[in-house]
Amino acid sequence: MFNALRKGFGLTFKTMFRPTVTIRYPERKREPAPRFHGRHLLNRHPDGLEKCVGCELCAWACPADAIYVQGADNTPEARYSPGERYGIDYQINYLRCILCGLCIEACPTRALTMTQEYELSSDSREDLIYTKERLLAPLPAGATPLPHTDAAVAARGLEYYENNFAGQTTLAHLQDTYAGRAGRVEESGDPVAVAVDGGGTEPPVAGVDPVIGNAPERRPEGE
Amino acid sequence: MTDTAAPADTVHLTIDGRELDVPKGLLVIRAAEQLGITIPRFCDHPLLDPVAACRQCLVEVEGQRKPFTACSTTCTDGMVVKTHLTSDVAREGQEGQLEFLLLNHPLDCPQCDKGGECPLQDQTLAHGPGDSRMIDRKRRFTKPVPISAQVALDRERCVLCARCTRFSAEISGDKFIELFERGALEQVAIYEDEPYESYFSGNVVQICPVGALTSTSYRFSARPFDLRSLPGVCNQCSAGCNLRVDVRRGEVQRLLARDNMAVNEMWNCDKGRFGFEYVASAERLRQPVVRDELGSMRPATWLTALRAAAGRIQAAVDAGGPAAVGVLTGGRLTDEDAYAVGRFARDVVGTDNVDFRLRPRTDEERDVLAAVAGTLGPTYDEVEHAPVVVVAGLETEEEVPILHLRLRKAWRKHRQRIVVVGPVIGSLEEIAWRWIQTPAGEESSRLTALASGGDADLSEVTDALDEAGDRGVVLAGERLAHSPGALPAAAELARARGLGFAWVPRRNGARGAVDAGLLPGLLPGGRIAAEPGPVADAWGRLPEQPGLDTRGMLEAAAAGEVRALYLIGIDPVRDFEDPALAQAALERVDTVIVQDLLQNETTRFADVILPATAAQERVGSFTTWEGRRQPFPQAVAPQGLAQQDWDIVRQLARALGSDLGWETANDVRREAAPLMEVAGSALSRLPGAQGGGVVPASPERSGDDAPVSSERPSAGHDAPASSEPSPDSLSHQEAGGAEFPFGVVVVDYLVGDSTMLVGAKALKETARRPAVWVHPADAGRLGLADGAEVAVVGSAGRLVWPVRATSGVLQGCVVLPGNSSGQAPGLLGGSRVRLEPVAGTGGDE
Repeated sequence: MFNALRKGFGLTFKTMFRPTVTIRYPERKREPAPRFHGRHLLNRHPDGLEKCVGCELCAWACPADAIYVQGADNTPEARYSPGERYGIDYQINYLRCILCGLCIEACPTRALTMTQEYELSSDSREDLIYTKERLLAPLPAGATPLPHTDAAVAARGLEYYENNFAGQTTLAHLQDTYAGRAGRVEESGDPVAVAVDGGGTEPPVAGVDPVIGNAPERRPEGE
Repeated sequence: MTDTAAPADTVHLTIDGRELDVPKGLLVIRAAEQLGITIPRFCDHPLLDPVAACRQCLVEVEGQRKPFTACSTTCTDGMVVKTHLTSDVAREGQEGQLEFLLLNHPLDCPQCDKGGECPLQDQTLAHGPGDSRMIDRKRRFTKPVPISAQVALDRERCVLCARCTRFSAEISGDKFIELFERGALEQVAIYEDEPYESYFSGNVVQICPVGALTSTSYRFSARPFDLRSLPGVCNQCSAGCNLRVDVRRGEVQRLLARDNMAVNEMWNCDKGRFGFEYVASAERLRQPVVRDELGSMRPATWLTALRAAAGRIQAAVDAGGPAAVGVLTGGRLTDEDAYAVGRFARDVVGTDNVDFRLRPRTDEERDVLAAVAGTLGPTYDEVEHAPVVVVAGLETEEEVPILHLRLRKAWRKHRQRIVVVGPVIGSLEEIAWRWIQTPAGEESSRLTALASGGDADLSEVTDALDEAGDRGVVLAGERLAHSPGALPAAAELARARGLGFAWVPRRNGARGAVDAGLLPGLLPGGRIAAEPGPVADAWGRLPEQPGLDTRGMLEAAAAGEVRALYLIGIDPVRDFEDPALAQAALERVDTVIVQDLLQNETTRFADVILPATAAQERVGSFTTWEGRRQPFPQAVAPQGLAQQDWDIVRQLARALGSDLGWETANDVRREAAPLMEVAGSALSRLPGAQGGGVVPASPERSGDDAPVSSERPSAGHDAPASSEPSPDSLSHQEAGGAEFPFGVVVVDYLVGDSTMLVGAKALKETARRPAVWVHPADAGRLGLADGAEVAVVGSAGRLVWPVRATSGVLQGCVVLPGNSSGQAPGLLGGSRVRLEPVAGTGGDE
């Protein structure tokens, strides 16, 4: 019996002198691995436009059906993203999300990436459905709040999709159509600044530059 | 599509090593389908002529030097075909072709509405090369171009399959969309000065194999995987198109045509496709409302509202007997609702004051409608294959557009002889064979002459009818009710010559209402009150005295004899031919119970408002003009507290102390079906002595002198209108009196002010401009330029519209827009008017 006590407490004493693996969370936080699958981030272009075009491919890829996206039209007066379409509403339900990252793989514009933030808990279900304001990256330094006008974008000399703004026409009456629909939100102006571990914007990727330099010479259009 | 061929007319061929016999003339691509082999294709469409534009369907044919396009190659005897499954030549050809098609394709799939349901995407994944050798800049076009308010064109995505241009040339016949330029710059476009204003433009969006043509109303609103698709039946007209209802998060996102080769084939019209916004409209009635003692309207529970309605109906019955209650339904109820309302009125209330006809209506109709009720046919297919079709009182494109497409198809495929009888030829001008012109209101004399066949002028048509035998068809529009004696005369024509006979109403629920007997004096299945048959056993009681029609009820209400009006899906203040009478009636009557979807001008008169469900929010069935009953499931949840009409009626009956014994719509259907359906054709039930019952045309203008146009009416839109007035029609003008020389025909446009189009903004932008159609000779005589404003003056009023000079109208006759301008032609009073140029208005704009 004495032998058993000695054996048991022996292990305890031995462990007391080993390095600790626990940390004093939440006073201290562990640094996640570089490719940790944490909370999502909706990235922006350097001029503040959203990269998300509202294509819903993330929602399509999602095995947990945690993502809701609603697309809408950009107009010359109110532009949120390059191209015709942007995501007027974007929600991720972290009650369902399994942080698998398939949405990141599906995203055709690298608008959606994952951060290292892992503190996804709340005392209400609503809080865990992240809306676009909470997911969107903060405005880059020097950028003006959205929406931008096409004139302003053109003045910056940016061309995201070759000639796209120059030729962009809009279907003006759609504005009213969308305005009345429930469940679609308009951005108020200043995006909500969110504290994000691991930096506010997507890490730059070599060779992927969203901004195409000079305007190309244009082929004559057939009209 | 595939014409049935005699067994001898077959050819034997081999596809991918498998042998089969197919009828002569079948395309290789269809033969392969029979074996379950799908050859990739973009331009091929089963209902369009082959064009071999996209070159995607290349197959190898043994003994030939080059690959063939399967969509344009007919099967020949002994042919050996190898598809991409077995032949490297075919496979490489297809891969190369796909690479070609993708050369200038922008690959903006994430932004494209077609992404996820795109044949180009699917086939690139299935058969395409992994990479492109294209290193140059892609061709750029301005995009998207709105070619109409509801169709957006993206030329970069187009693969030049010519489906849209062929659709508009072959199927809809309105060539607004065309291929322009050549080579890499070849593109789909519309003519500069003509927007794409077709009633069928939505179909080109559906058949576009890429995202080049997209719908503005569905634009960016959902992805295919978001959508729950349910089968639906269109509730906009009596054509009964089968639809696919796409729902996202409980909201209808879009409607598509669902294939049903027996009804709408693969098409539908824009009204049916885009006219669904009313379902979630802010103007929907979502809660029962009851007028309290002080006269103000207060939201109420269903229990309170039903008790209030029942109490008011009971009070009216107590005060004036069952005949003091009137039930008016529009032509929009489902068959189950129509039956439920009919039984409620007769069995529970005990009144025969039931009528579904708000606009065209005559007592002469009853025998004809009784004969038609519950029968099936002639069907679309029978109409299509009829050698001769007589059309009277029907403007097919405006009223039943899919029937128009069928007639057009018949004309195009086998030169069907379409005979139009009446003062207006309208959209049938292009395809009609003969136009038997009659002044407004005098169709009956010509129809009778056609039936008896003695008239030398008509010998050509009567010969054609003789030749057609029982395969000929008479299509009688509901507008014939405006013309004395015309509907019985049309029915008599069919009976006397043994032709098929169809009564073609505008509204989707009109035929179901006829079958359910929602007319005074009629019971389900066309039974008359004197011989109720099985209805007497099924129902507790039948009304003792004959009821009033719509006008009779409103007059009685205005006189205080009818004390309660139960209005179901109807807006008499706006739509009744005499709005003043409707308003007077609603003001005078003690009780108005309104059961409807949307707020309208009548709801402000209501004492009790009972909110009903829209077609997509309920189960039910609609009956086409053929008599085909088409059930459909519920697609979305009802708005607010709305309930199905039959259910409201059932609860109202219970509040009145009667149990109708229904728990579900199926119960209603089970009870109604044996009563509403009748074996045999309408012909066999037409009264034999109908000819004697024809009311002669009005005495001062009676005559068999209406001219038959001796030639086909002008060959197309551009043909100059005949400017020499025929002496006959001139004499009619004089006979009509100098004060009001023009006879009036009222045509409701397809896209008008209908409450069912509330919220369909883009669709309404494509609506045809309301105009007074006048013969060019009349317009010239009065100095009216096309597009100038004209005042139409009747005995009771004066209304102003622009003029449209068209040879599709008889001289001495004007066509007024029924529902498109916010001004009801009923305000004019009477059926004769004169035209006065309005000073200071210009001509063509």
